[in-house]
Amino acid sequence: MSQLFLIAQIAGRAVAIESGQVESVVDIGNIVPVPGADRQIHGLAALRSRVVTVVDTRVALGLEHSPTPSTRAVITHHEGHHYAILVDALEDVAPFEPTPLSSGIVLDLGWRAAGCGVIERDGEPVLVIDLRALIPGSTALAA
Amino acid sequence: MDDLLQEFIAETRETLEALSGEIVAWESAPHDRDRLDAIFRFVHTVKGSCGFLDLPRLARLSHAAEDVLAAVRDGHRTPDTALVNAVLAIVDRIGEIVEAIDVGASLDDSGEDLLIAALDKGGDAAVACAPQAQTPALRNATRSVRLNVDLLDRMMSGMSDMVLARNELARRLRDDDVEPGVEAALERLSLTVAEMRETVTRTRMQKIDALFSALPRMVRDTAAEVAKSVTLHIEGADVELDREMIEMMRDPLVHIVRNAIDHGIEAPAERRIAGKRENGRLAISARQSGNQIIIEITDDGRGVDTERLVAKVVAQGLRSEAELRLLSDKAKLDLIFEPGLSTKEEVTSISGRGVGMDVVRANVEQIGGRIELFSTLGQGLTIAIHVPLTLSIISTIGIGVEGQRFALPRQAIEEIVRVGGDAIRIDMLGDTPAATVRERRMPLVDLGQVLGFERDPLGVPMLVIVGVSGGSYALAVDDVLDTEELVIKPAAPAVMAAGVYAGQTLPDSGLPMLLLDCAGIAAAAGLHFTREALVDEVEVEDTADAGSALLFDDLDGARRLVPLAIIERIELVPGDAIRFSAGRLRLSTDSGIVPLVAMGAWQDRAAVAVLRLRDDDNEIAYAIAEALDIFALPAELVPAAEPGPVAGVVALNGEQVELLDLHWLFAHHGGDQTSAAPPVCLIDGADQAWMMTFLRPVLEGAGYRVASRLKKNESAAVVLTMDATLPAAAAKAPVIRLRREANAPADDASVYRYDRPGLLAALAQSAGGR
Repeated sequence: MSQLFLIAQIAGRAVAIESGQVESVVDIGNIVPVPGADRQIHGLAALRSRVVTVVDTRVALGLEHSPTPSTRAVITHHEGHHYAILVDALEDVAPFEPTPLSSGIVLDLGWRAAGCGVIERDGEPVLVIDLRALIPGSTALAA
Repeated sequence: MDDLLQEFIAETRETLEALSGEIVAWESAPHDRDRLDAIFRFVHTVKGSCGFLDLPRLARLSHAAEDVLAAVRDGHRTPDTALVNAVLAIVDRIGEIVEAIDVGASLDDSGEDLLIAALDKGGDAAVACAPQAQTPALRNATRSVRLNVDLLDRMMSGMSDMVLARNELARRLRDDDVEPGVEAALERLSLTVAEMRETVTRTRMQKIDALFSALPRMVRDTAAEVAKSVTLHIEGADVELDREMIEMMRDPLVHIVRNAIDHGIEAPAERRIAGKRENGRLAISARQSGNQIIIEITDDGRGVDTERLVAKVVAQGLRSEAELRLLSDKAKLDLIFEPGLSTKEEVTSISGRGVGMDVVRANVEQIGGRIELFSTLGQGLTIAIHVPLTLSIISTIGIGVEGQRFALPRQAIEEIVRVGGDAIRIDMLGDTPAATVRERRMPLVDLGQVLGFERDPLGVPMLVIVGVSGGSYALAVDDVLDTEELVIKPAAPAVMAAGVYAGQTLPDSGLPMLLLDCAGIAAAAGLHFTREALVDEVEVEDTADAGSALLFDDLDGARRLVPLAIIERIELVPGDAIRFSAGRLRLSTDSGIVPLVAMGAWQDRAAVAVLRLRDDDNEIAYAIAEALDIFALPAELVPAAEPGPVAGVVALNGEQVELLDLHWLFAHHGGDQTSAAPPVCLIDGADQAWMMTFLRPVLEGAGYRVASRLKKNESAAVVLTMDATLPAAAAKAPVIRLRREANAPADDASVYRYDRPGLLAALAQSAGGR
């Protein structure tokens, strides 16, 4: 069964995000840092009258913090809080048919927790990621 | 009390409406336990509320019904048709009485004995002759509306959006020059938005005092009923809590307090034997901790005997003994929440049946809270109710550290001091910094270091003395900014995990801000306070508190005193924030311009210490050289020779010190706020826009309120026009006509429009002519 996916660029890689997890896509304005918090927390930002927690996606994936983080983010709602997951770029929204990861493929670093399948886009495989895995401090994932 | 009664009526009416379905269902299936519980809870709640609202008839009815229902719950009675009918007749009667109370009508109570008698076995005959429900002729027109809190939530978030939109608009307008008319419109919008916001906020918030105020009476009455004597201590009554939460907390609190007096606190004789004071002590406190409000009810009674509790649960066949033996002590204590359990042998009208506790827990959990019990056998029981802070408004102080703003709950702050002088110093004890504030030594925590910045704590300019449970510490910050009322919401778990934040908020600036958790900071800094034993404060007489005063060096070199109560805060401002403008010295602050008093030269100082003095709406700033110390104000005052900024001289440690005359200061410098209803100057006719723009400041300076149209019931003190013909309103007020030409024809009474002295003279004349 095909589902709607958002295709984005994170850390130079194309990833697919199931559209049900995406509340909106925004440009984040001023980010207020949260000293003392986990490095994955990039800070807080105001989104209309709400405060969203901005997640540094590169750090969440176990990569180096980018000196020039992007300002584009995917807003997702998880356990009563809103999070802005920073992405480098957004490419497309289209229906795809997700398939499980082929056995034998072991993902690196934070990708392992986040990756949950593959879609085929113009003959090219794109990793499906679960945004909830990028949110630090969240409790166990639903499969 | 009227409020409570109104609430009780509204609530009972509402529950009755919700219950009517249950009643019908119970009638058809009398063995349905859920329905039974729902009706039971209703009569129990009514009984509880009647207790402290002093409604004996309702209390009697609900108590009787509750007895029977409890018997059914315990399996002593079977719910046959007669019993169901009798209970329903009572529920109906409760509804009638409540309506009667609401309209203030009297209701004949003749049938009530029969109704109660009908509850007894074999009383079915009586039901038939019970009076039929006679609906009161009319319901009182309600003066209040009960709203869904969701709606208020939506209103609140819409309000926040509006504030942000206004801010953005203001920012943009500042960037490109706009005509004054637009600015005035924006001003008006801002004012309205601010007012609206306050109102909307108020709709949700209530001081917890609303919950606590009924307690003293209730404790007294309850204690009298069981012949015990109980002293009640209440703390933290001004903590604000969501209105809905306050309503939800009312029943649990009543139940807990009644239980504490009935079960917890022993009879005086028993207390004497146990070596306690005959007076039982019941302490109820509310405080904010992290992102929660904690309400603690502590008694010094006998505590909970967990072994007896277990035995009781086993005896009532609720759980097997083997199962219970495996439980931890804490879990055993939690058995108190088991439905249908009672720890006391006999049932009293006060608590009894332990029903309170399962209802209590259900109520608290419904608002996302939890209950914790701490019991020491023979020493007492503490019940802590944690409810989330969501949507709580708290008063905060903004502080700056490393260029970032944070909020501190004002409740935790004891005082704010500036480092310097002998009274306030920072020293190193080994490698640990310690602050000494007027001979009080306390640990120093540098906020920057706690937040992970590299800093030298010896160089900080400001200390915030923070009180946490167990002790106080000095929190070193770079800057103290302002006070603000904020709506605090919980932050994401990953943010809370840092351990030093209590929540997040979105202030007017549009930039998110974090609320610091004072207890968390102390823990993160590794502070350790030895908890002082709960001391019985033996009725300390209030020492005349009005007598504290701040000693300071004034700019002219004199030493002066100012009463502490009037000082809102002391702050350090840059020298260029003080200007001589519009005829007097003024200080620019974040929130506006405040008149400033300086007794000497401030110009050569890069930063000036300023006392911010406030008397209701009047605010003035007083520049000083340095704040020195706090003293009790000596009673003897030698008055000054003539009225002025100094009221007189007092002797302080053998030194002559001048005391500021607050009355004189506010009378002479606090005049920025215009009096309540300034006379109205009506601007009429064509050219209103010109007059508004050019003359308004002049007119307002002369003490008028300028209007282009009169409100209802308002009359103009003077009318200003540029038309040749007299306006209609002229009939009632003197008219000043302005003309465009500098030279007027003879016998023309008009004033040239740029002739300021002429206009002021005309105004003065018109005022005199009235």
